[in-house]
Amino acid sequence: MDTTLIILTLASVLADSTPLVFATIGETLTEKAGVINLSLDGTILLGAMVGFAVAFTTDNLCLAFVAAMLVGAVVAALIAFASIVLKLDQVAVGFVLTILCTDLSTFFGNPFVRKPGPAVPHLAIPMLADIPIIGKLFFDQNVVVYLSFGLIAAAWWWIYKTQPGLKLQGIGERPAAAFARGANVNLQRFVYVLIGGALVGFAGASYSLFVKLGWSYRATSGLGWIALAIVIFGGWHPIRAAVGAYIFGGLQSVGSFAQSAFPNIPTQVFQTAPFALMILALLVVSNETIDRFFSGSPMSRKIWQSLRGAPPGALGTTFEQE
Amino acid sequence: MRLELKGIHKHFGPVHANNDISMTVEAGTIHGLLGENGAGKSTLMKVLSGFIHRDAGEILLDSRAVEFKTPAEAIRAGIGMLHQDPLDFPPLRVLDNFLLGREEGFLQNRAQALADLQKLSQQFGFDLDPDAFVNSLTVGERQQLEIMRLLSLGVQILIFDEPTTGISLPQKIKLFDTLRVLAQQGKTIIFVTHKLQDAEDLCERVTVLRHGKVTGEVARPFTADELVRLMFGQSLQARARATVVLGEPVLELRDVCVADYRLRVPDINLQVRAREVIGLAGIEGSGQRLLLRACAGLAQPVKGEIWVGGTKMNQQPYELFLDRGVSYLPAERLEEGLVPGLNLTEHFILARRVTKFFIDWNAATANAQMRIKEYSIRGTPSTKVESLSGGNQQRALLALLYPNIDLLLLEHPTRGLDFESSMWVWRQLLEQRESGTAIVFASADLDEILEYSDRILVFSGGRVAQVLSAKETSVQQLGELIGGKGL
Amino acid sequence: MARNAAWTLMPIVIGLVLTTLALIAVGADPLKAYSVMWNGAFGNPAKFSNVIDAWIPLMLCSVGLLITFTAGLWNIGIEGQIVMGAIFATWAARTLVLPSEILIPLILVAGMIGGALWALLAGALKVYGRVHEIFGGLGLNFVATGATLYLIICPWKRAGIASTSGTDLFRPPAWLPNLPGLTVGLLEIIVAIVSLVIVYLALRGTLWGLQLKAIGKNTRSAFWLGIPTSRHMLGAFALCGMLAGLAGAEQAIGVWARLIPAISGGYGYLSILVVLLSGFQAIGVPFVALFFAAVAKGSIALPLDLQLDSALGGVLQGMIVLLFVLSQGVRARLVR
Repeated sequence: MDTTLIILTLASVLADSTPLVFATIGETLTEKAGVINLSLDGTILLGAMVGFAVAFTTDNLCLAFVAAMLVGAVVAALIAFASIVLKLDQVAVGFVLTILCTDLSTFFGNPFVRKPGPAVPHLAIPMLADIPIIGKLFFDQNVVVYLSFGLIAAAWWWIYKTQPGLKLQGIGERPAAAFARGANVNLQRFVYVLIGGALVGFAGASYSLFVKLGWSYRATSGLGWIALAIVIFGGWHPIRAAVGAYIFGGLQSVGSFAQSAFPNIPTQVFQTAPFALMILALLVVSNETIDRFFSGSPMSRKIWQSLRGAPPGALGTTFEQE
Repeated sequence: MRLELKGIHKHFGPVHANNDISMTVEAGTIHGLLGENGAGKSTLMKVLSGFIHRDAGEILLDSRAVEFKTPAEAIRAGIGMLHQDPLDFPPLRVLDNFLLGREEGFLQNRAQALADLQKLSQQFGFDLDPDAFVNSLTVGERQQLEIMRLLSLGVQILIFDEPTTGISLPQKIKLFDTLRVLAQQGKTIIFVTHKLQDAEDLCERVTVLRHGKVTGEVARPFTADELVRLMFGQSLQARARATVVLGEPVLELRDVCVADYRLRVPDINLQVRAREVIGLAGIEGSGQRLLLRACAGLAQPVKGEIWVGGTKMNQQPYELFLDRGVSYLPAERLEEGLVPGLNLTEHFILARRVTKFFIDWNAATANAQMRIKEYSIRGTPSTKVESLSGGNQQRALLALLYPNIDLLLLEHPTRGLDFESSMWVWRQLLEQRESGTAIVFASADLDEILEYSDRILVFSGGRVAQVLSAKETSVQQLGELIGGKGL
Repeated sequence: MARNAAWTLMPIVIGLVLTTLALIAVGADPLKAYSVMWNGAFGNPAKFSNVIDAWIPLMLCSVGLLITFTAGLWNIGIEGQIVMGAIFATWAARTLVLPSEILIPLILVAGMIGGALWALLAGALKVYGRVHEIFGGLGLNFVATGATLYLIICPWKRAGIASTSGTDLFRPPAWLPNLPGLTVGLLEIIVAIVSLVIVYLALRGTLWGLQLKAIGKNTRSAFWLGIPTSRHMLGAFALCGMLAGLAGAEQAIGVWARLIPAISGGYGYLSILVVLLSGFQAIGVPFVALFFAAVAKGSIALPLDLQLDSALGGVLQGMIVLLFVLSQGVRARLVR
C-alpha cells in the first residue's frame, strides 16, 4: 500500500478523533472528581448544534466554540447541582438530560439543517509540517487539533504533576480523607464537573465545525456513549483515554476501508460495529476470567491493575461533611 | 504543647455523647483515654481533631484558647489524629499519600517529599517503599506512613485512636517504641483504647470515660482492677468455663488452601464437632475471613475438600450450604447482611424463606414482633434497619439466621459493640452451642478468643499454626504465635 | 394534601413556562403551538386513537421497567428489545401461513420471545460479563437498529422498489384487528391494563417482589439472605424484554402492518421518563403515559402547520421530568 496514503489516512484519523479526545478527557476529569456526567450524548449534540448555529449566524468561529463550551458547562452545572447539592441519583439525572438535550438540539437546530457553514481553517505549522511522516501527522492540521494535543498534555500534567491535581485524585478516591487534608470536596467537584462539561461542549462544536461540517438531525448520536465507554476502557487516565479515542477513530476508518473492499457486506454492519466493539472492549476490561488470569502473582496483578485502571473509589457517591 | 480540655459537651440528638469532659495533658507525655465501646472516646477525639464541632467547652493549647472548624485547621493549630482505619488513599502510592494535603507549592515537589520521607523513616526505623501502593501495605505500615505525614506537617499533639487493633505483636512493639520516642521529643500523645493492657504498658496517666463522662483520672502505677471499676463501674467476674459434651463432627477441612490476590493460606486441616467453639486468631486479613467464607459457601477454596455433616461441599452453590445448616454472620452489617431501606418485617420474610408465594402481611408482622421480643431488639416491625443502633443490628442479624443451625460461622461477632451488647451476643451464641451448634469465629481480640474458644487456630504470615487448646494458652503465647515466633 | 399537589404540579407548570419561552425564542406563537398540539392529540376520535396507539407501548414498557427498576437495574436496552420484538414478529408474519386466530397470537408470542432474548443478552453481559447494563443495553440498541436496517434493505426488501422506508405490508391475516373507525384494538388496551395490574400486585404482594426489592437496595445482602440474585436479575430482564417485545410486535402488526426503520419510535427511552415521572409508582404510570402519548402525537402536526420541529414535544416531556426529579431533591433537602 502506498505510504503517503497510509500517512494521510492516519492524519485524518487523528483529526476525526479530536471531538472524542475532548469529550473523553473532559469526562475523565469529571469522573476523577467522583461524578458521572451521563448526559454526554445529549451535550455533544447540543454543543454541535449551538456551535454550528453561532458560527453560521455570526461567522465568528471563536464565539461559536465559546458558546458551545458555555452550553456544555450549563448542562454540567445541572448535573453538578443535582448530584452534589441535591444528592440525587447521577444516572437518572444524566439520562433525562441526555434525552432533553437531544430533543433541544433537534428543535433549535431545525432552521440550520443541511445549511452550509463555516469550517475551522487548516493551519499547517511552517517548519514542523515539513518533517517527514511526523510533520504530516501532527503539524499539518488545524488549530482545534493542536488544542487537543495540548489538552492531553495539560490534563496529564495537571493530574499527576501538580498539588491541586493530586487533591483531585484524592477527592475522587476517598472524599473523607481528602476533606481531612483540607480539600473543599464539594466545591472542587462542582468546578471539575463544569470544566468537564465545557470540554464536552467544545467537542460537539469541533464535530460540526470541522469533522462533519454542518448540522443535521442527531448528527453525533452515539458519540457521547462511546466517550463514556472509552473513559472506563482508558482506566480514568487522560492519556489512555486519548489513546482509546484514537483507536476508536482508527477502527471507524478501518470500517470505511473495509466497506469499500467488501461492498457486498451491508453498510449497517460497519455502522453498528463500533458499538458492538464498545461492548467487547468493556467485556475484556471487566472480565473476571481475564482478571483472575493476571492475578496469578502480585507482580502480574500490579501490571494488569495499572493497565486496567480502576474507577475512583468514590465515583457516583455523595459526600457530606458534618 | 500543653493541651487542656474544659467542660466539653456534645450531643447527637438525645444522646449526650460527651458530658462535661475536662482533661489536661502535659507536653512530652503519653496520656491514655480509656473506656469501652460507646463511652464517648471517639466523639471527644473527633471534636479535638476538628472533625465535629463541640456544643460547649473550651480547648486550650499552651493556655491559649483555640477554635477550628475543619481537620485541616486543627492540623495547622498542631493537632493531628491517626484514625483506627487510617484516613489515607489506598489506590495511590506511598509518596502520593505523603504529599497529598501539603499546603505549600503548586507543583508536586516529589524530590523534596522523598527526602523528607526518608529522613523520618530513618529517625523511627520505618521501612516503606515510596512507590508501593498503599492498598498493599499492612495496617501497621499505613499507621507508620500517617505518623510520618502528620509529623512532616508540624503536628505537636498526636491522637491515636485504637491503634493496636489489627496490627501484629512486633508491629505493636514498634509502635509503642515510636510513641515513646515521640514523647521524648516533646510531642504530646493521646492514646485512645479500650484495652487495659495497652494502657498499662504505655501510658503515664489515664483518663477513663464511661457513658460520656469522666469517671476518673489515674497516674502510674495503676492496677487493672482500678481501671476496670472506672470503666465498668464494677469488678468483672471471671467466667467459669463450662464443660461440654461434644457431638458428631460437623465440619471437616482436609488440606484446604484458601487464597485471594494478596494472600495464600495452604494446608488447613481441622475437624469441628457439634458444641465445639473454634477461635480463629490473628490480625485481620491473615486468611480467617477467606476460610470462613469458604466454609459458608460464599467463596471457593483453591485446593482441598470441605465436608459439612458428611457431605463434600466443594463447588456447591451457597443455597446448599444454607440447606445443610451452615450460617455465616458477616462483619459489615449494613454492607452484607442487612438491606438498608427495608424494615424488620421484610427482613424476616426474606430470611425465613417463606415458601408461600403471596405474602400474608399480617402474619409476617406478627412473626416479626415475636422475633423482636425474643432477641430484645430495640425497634418495631416497621423500623427500617438503618435506624437501628449497632448492637440492635447485630441482634437483628442473629435473629435472621436460619433456624436449626449446625455450623455457625462468625466474623468479628462483637466488633464495635459496647460491653453489654457483647455479653448479650455471647450469651446467645453459647445458648446455640448448648442446643448442638458448632461455632467457628474470627476475632482480633485475643481476650475474646481465649475466653470463649475450646480450641484455637492461629493465622499468621500466610500459614496456620497447629491447633491449640485454649485452656493451655495464655495471651502472651497467643500474641507471640500471631507475631510469627515459634511457628 | 395540598402541598403534595403543589409539588407535583410545579414541574408541569414550570415546564410549560420554559417551553413557552423556547417557542418565543424561535419566533413562534406559543398559543398557536399549544393549540396545534392539543388538536393533534384530542381533535377528533381518530386522532385520539392515535394517542392510544402510543399509550399502549408506553404502558407495556413502563410496566416492564417497573420490574427492572425494582431490582435496581437500568434497562436502557429496552429500546432495542422493542425492535427485536418487532423483528421476530415480522419474521412470523411473513413466514407463517395460518388463519388469523392462530397467526396473531403466534406473532405476538414471537415478539415476546424476541424481546426477552435480547434483554437476556444484556442481562448476561451484566451478570456474567460485569458490563454495566447501561453500556450493554445501549450497544445492543444500536445493533438492533442496524439489524432492522439491514433486514429492510436486504432479505426483506420490497419487491422491485429500492426503498429504505420499510418492508412490504404484511398480508391481512397478520393484521391486528381494530375497533371500528379507530386505529387501535380492544385486545391491546386490555393487555396493557392487565399487565400493569398483575405486575403491581406481584411486586407488592409476593415473595418474589420483595426479593427483587432487596436485590435492588443491596445485592450483597440479598445474596447473603439466600436470594438467588443472578437468577432473579436475569428474570427481571427477561420479563421486561418480553413486555417490550410485545409492544414491538404490536407496533409491527397493529400500527404499521410492516417493519420500518423507526419501529420502536423512541418509546423505550420515553417509558424510562414515564417511570421516573411516576415516581416508580404503578399508580401514576397510566396517567403519565397518556400525558406523554398525547404530547408525542400532538407535536407531529407541528412541522406541517407551523414549521416547528416535532421535537418540541420531547423538549416538553424532558423538561417536566427533569424539573420533577430536581424538585424531589429540593423537597428532600428542605426537610433535612
